Amino acid sequence: MKSAAQQLSGWKLAAFLAPAVLVYSLFSALPLADTLRQGFFIADDAGRASFAGLANFRTILLDPEWSAGFWNAMRNNAIFFCIHMLLQNPIGLLLATLFSLKGLRGARTYRTLIFLPTLLSVVIIGFIWQLILSPLWGVGERLMGYAGAASLFSPWLGQESSALATLALISVWQYVGIPMMLIYAALLAVPEDIVEAAHVEGASAMRIFWQIKLPLIYPTLGLVTILTFVANFNAFDLIYSVKGALAGPNYSTDLLGTLFYRTFFGYQSQIGSAHMGAAVATLMFLVILFGVAVYFFAVQRRLARFAL
Amino acid sequence: MRQSTSSLLRPDLGRLSVHLVLLAYTALALFPIALILINSIKSRAAIFDDPLALPSAATLSLSGFEKVLASTNFLLYFGNSLYVTLGALLLIVLFGAMAAWALSEYRFPGNRLLALFLALGIMIPIRLGTVSILELVVHLGMTNTLSALVLVYTAQGLPLAVMILSEFMRQVPGELKDAARCDGVGEFTIFFQVILPLIRPAVATVAVFTMIPAWNDLWFPLILAPSEQTKTVTLGVQQFIGQYVTDWNAVLAALSLAVIPMLVLYAFFSRQLIRGLTSGAVK
Repeated sequence: MKSAAQQLSGWKLAAFLAPAVLVYSLFSALPLADTLRQGFFIADDAGRASFAGLANFRTILLDPEWSAGFWNAMRNNAIFFCIHMLLQNPIGLLLATLFSLKGLRGARTYRTLIFLPTLLSVVIIGFIWQLILSPLWGVGERLMGYAGAASLFSPWLGQESSALATLALISVWQYVGIPMMLIYAALLAVPEDIVEAAHVEGASAMRIFWQIKLPLIYPTLGLVTILTFVANFNAFDLIYSVKGALAGPNYSTDLLGTLFYRTFFGYQSQIGSAHMGAAVATLMFLVILFGVAVYFFAVQRRLARFAL
Repeated sequence: MRQSTSSLLRPDLGRLSVHLVLLAYTALALFPIALILINSIKSRAAIFDDPLALPSAATLSLSGFEKVLASTNFLLYFGNSLYVTLGALLLIVLFGAMAAWALSEYRFPGNRLLALFLALGIMIPIRLGTVSILELVVHLGMTNTLSALVLVYTAQGLPLAVMILSEFMRQVPGELKDAARCDGVGEFTIFFQVILPLIRPAVATVAVFTMIPAWNDLWFPLILAPSEQTKTVTLGVQQFIGQYVTDWNAVLAALSLAVIPMLVLYAFFSRQLIRGLTSGAVK
């Protein structure tokens, strides 16, 4: 663009940039950098920090007591992410595809209503499902009874074997609106004439979807994947409000977010430690960075080539 | 599938099944919320006897709401959430637009680098810096203040806002700016009187992506501002329910009180919100 070549005197430029750069640096970028730094320090009893190299990380990853907790949270987080990838995004894709059918009556109403849970706080959603699944209230059991499956009901949120999957499903239920909307927007952007041409050539709706529309929205599916990844490996609110900081039963719902919180602020007999907390945050940072790097270098590049 | 005879019949049947699927999913999406709202205005006995029934004259009870309003500062929490969310939105739009303007309009050394620095915040969650954010807030004497939350949410929302707004500003026709420049209008005036009014449509998109996470956040209110005077709705409801977990009327009422304002707002703004969301995604 031609006019992008404007020049402006230094102080005027600074005046435009300063507020945003200052707030962002002070409350986001610098704290993040400082947290990464603090992960390499330990505090003595007087609270004085000293450089400790990789000691904190060695403790978290190798010390038997710590590493069990860390790898447990890591594995749970991976399962949490997989459930989202297997359910949330395919359901979002299905719903978005149905909305974008030409001349579908009531499409806007469906879209508005299905997006509603996504707007609400995770805390509220978590409590709502906790009540519904509570054996005390019995709504879940009663509903399953209508389908003749009352005997299959069990207090899923309270059982070690099913609590994590149940929480993941609650999260899927709430956040399906995001992939749905992003994919819907991408489907709207598919050029009409390509679809029309395929239709004239006699391609079935199924074939048009699989061979024309889907490949054209691959970049959006990639974006949805990385957004899901970052959100999942950063999740905290749902687990904390339904299960508390201890992520019970027996840590079976512990994610990296809740582990970070406990490490930083302490719980029960363990005293919180800012440096150990910072080390956990650093490890989370590496996990997220890894995901983002894979997205940019592998997926994004291949998709860009494919889209051409 | 390839026969034309079957395709004559298929559309209607196909449409019908599409509607069935969408209706079923809509029911699944709305049922839990409706269930809470319905039961929040029933008596304790009715909540347990028949959770699926609508309240009748005999079972109607507002005791839960009375309890919540009497034992918490719910209106204060609500005001706090509103203050924090709108404060952050205002700063994000103003600061974000200024930075986006500088980055998209002027050429200066380090332009690309600065844009990249700001873009980092889109992918890296601000929560990871919590240890140092808390230290900073303590150092500044801003614990248990709403300003701390406003600043943190501003920092959280700025990266995406700058990206969306710069994209938008690049589409503002150059003639408009050049005409103003020929008339000798200063760059600040151009920004505040020509550009800022023009980006109103993009503000909807920015608002969607910054207000919802800020309103719903539990993490920062819990860590930075947990005092009674500065609690947000999300934190207030979370702590209230933790305390009154066995009082079903109160729990259901608290949940409803948190949900209803959002439902009302959504009823008014859903069209703008969804347009903002979809236009933001395709840019």
